[in-house]
Amino acid sequence: MRVGFFVTCLVDLMRPSVGFAALALLEAAGAEVVVPPGQTCCGQPAYNSGDRADAITLATKLVAEFEDCDYLVAPSGSCSGMIRTHYADLFAADAVMRERVKVLAARTYELTDFLVNVLKVEHVPGTYAGKITYHDCCAGLREMGVKTQPRALLAFMPGVQLAEMAECETCCGFGGMFSIKFGEISTRLADNKCQHVTNAGVDAVVLGDLGCMLNIEGRMRRRGDLSTKVLHIAEVLAGVTADSKV
Amino acid sequence: MQVASMHFKERAHVKLNDVVLQTNLGKIKGKFVAKRLSGISELDDFEATRESARAIRQRALDNLDVWLEMFERNASARGATVLYAQNPAEINTLVLEIAARHAVRKIIKSKSMVSEESALDHAIEAAGLTVVETDLGEYILQINDYEPPSHIVGPALHKSREEVAELFHVKHGTPKKSGVEELCLEARSVLREHYLTADMGISGGNFFVAETGSVVLVTNEGNATLTTTLPKVHIAISGIEKIVPTLEDVATLMRLLPRSATGQSISNYVDLLTGTKGPGEFHGVDHMYFIVVDSGRTDVLGSDVSEALRCIRCGACMNHCPVYQNVGGHSYGWVYPGPIGSILTPMYVGLENALDLPHASTLCNQCGVVCPVKIPLPDLQRKLREREFEEDLRPWHERMGLKLWGWVAARPRLYAWTSRMGVRFLHGRADANGMIHRLPFGKGWTEGRDMPAPAGRTFRDLYAQRQRQAGATIQ
Repeated sequence: MRVGFFVTCLVDLMRPSVGFAALALLEAAGAEVVVPPGQTCCGQPAYNSGDRADAITLATKLVAEFEDCDYLVAPSGSCSGMIRTHYADLFAADAVMRERVKVLAARTYELTDFLVNVLKVEHVPGTYAGKITYHDCCAGLREMGVKTQPRALLAFMPGVQLAEMAECETCCGFGGMFSIKFGEISTRLADNKCQHVTNAGVDAVVLGDLGCMLNIEGRMRRRGDLSTKVLHIAEVLAGVTADSKV
Repeated sequence: MQVASMHFKERAHVKLNDVVLQTNLGKIKGKFVAKRLSGISELDDFEATRESARAIRQRALDNLDVWLEMFERNASARGATVLYAQNPAEINTLVLEIAARHAVRKIIKSKSMVSEESALDHAIEAAGLTVVETDLGEYILQINDYEPPSHIVGPALHKSREEVAELFHVKHGTPKKSGVEELCLEARSVLREHYLTADMGISGGNFFVAETGSVVLVTNEGNATLTTTLPKVHIAISGIEKIVPTLEDVATLMRLLPRSATGQSISNYVDLLTGTKGPGEFHGVDHMYFIVVDSGRTDVLGSDVSEALRCIRCGACMNHCPVYQNVGGHSYGWVYPGPIGSILTPMYVGLENALDLPHASTLCNQCGVVCPVKIPLPDLQRKLREREFEEDLRPWHERMGLKLWGWVAARPRLYAWTSRMGVRFLHGRADANGMIHRLPFGKGWTEGRDMPAPAGRTFRDLYAQRQRQAGATIQ
């Protein structure tokens, strides 16, 4: 089984440890992972900003890079959601591309969904001791159906105590360019999220998308909370937390 | 209603810092979100009902001209007069003409959001007539110098009980009350007098039923029933898109409308009004008019956001929108706030007058999953974003930034070099906790948040290095 790993532009730039954690999880589960070297971005920033032409260019590039893989897996519900649920719209007027996209979209997975439903893993390599809460990122939850998968994987880790916070399915306010265009509103939404995390009394909030991570961690630190960790699910499952970056 | 949708960001800033409003907005989650959830859980198969509702509304829109003609024919056969308004001004003209024809001096109104589009109350008062809003929320706003509504189901949702108590005390000159029931009784005693002395009643219309020529009104206070039956003249005003083919269709939609709006299995009142009083009949009005409003709707129908016309005005999208929940309805600056307003406002008042609205969403799609008629609200917002981009309505730096980024991202070697430099630079700006406090082009971000700094090297560089080392080891 040849799995094309789409690292996503945010993981690539901001937190490579998440990428290596995801690789470790896929390899531990027996997948043959390839990382197409020319990959950049799925095009979502352009698509959501109304710049359809650039979105089409980047989508075309990505399809060509990954279509010879059996699967495309990304450590992100947002980027995998872009490919699986929105690429078809970009190529509505292009029958050939539409067919290629359809094939790739059906093979595109968010990481935890892939681990649980395709690789059917029953143990994970990492260890973690502590009380955590899980934030359901919007695209993962509402485009990719990611809800039980990360929790099922965390349940394989005896040291993890999961305490659900209030409104775990409410948007953290990231929204891509929204976070900069409407910084004040975005910050308020992030602040609400941080408050729920704090109220849950946990050591860490765990989630599956880098944009939300940056948003929540950025607000958390500005609020003066320097101790609550903000971790990607891959980091926890693989036992590779990003303290490597410090 | 005066258009203020071009000032979304500034208005949102004020609302975010309004402590009283923030407390009042906190009610939404308990009042609407939790109740809707319990309401829809009564249905055996919510998703299947939702799909039926979508299909019913879409069928109506697909042949809207046919259903409109059928509606006009059937309504006319029952003694009603069907009139059409092309634009907001025509709504007001038609109402005033009808008022003049029947020597009307006082008008009572139940809730009509379409009449807010044309600021009908102001036109009525300018013509020297009296108008009294009878929906409690609308009444509160009317006596507060026509404060704009902030929600399509609960127009005065933004006000607290204390604020209403103070308003009644000042405007009615009565001793200050505090309980909700006392306040309702006070409003009732004021309004009762008006019901009995009004010459004409104006209502909105949740649905116009083509096969019977009826209007359906979905309310909780009973005011619409009184408004549409006590005076001798009744005008029902609603948009052309509110047509549904059959009563059977209404039955399906009614399984979802109250549940999606307030969580109720059925609203306290459902009025189905058909025609004028016939010979020998005791109930009914002497004169019944329908004002069927276009005002931008046919343009929407022919556009790529036409699905927005399926809307049955339950308000679930705004109740569940994290942005609406925090900035409130007034920020959106026109009649329809929240996600559906972010489509309808630009379409009805002009995209150039509402540039922020299609962007004022994280595209989290909470609205899309609760919409009872499956309007893909984020997709429609994105369509309008595309139109803004294509029509050069976005700021030049945003357009250039995107184009430049897109150009680089399509060239892997250049992208690798640029990102390598970028993450190195940003990594150097981090504090001891790995946080950046100010970003050169990201003021919107760093005003309220830190930016976790990049690790300093890209994944792809590190991965390539790892592969090289692995290769070297094997050799």
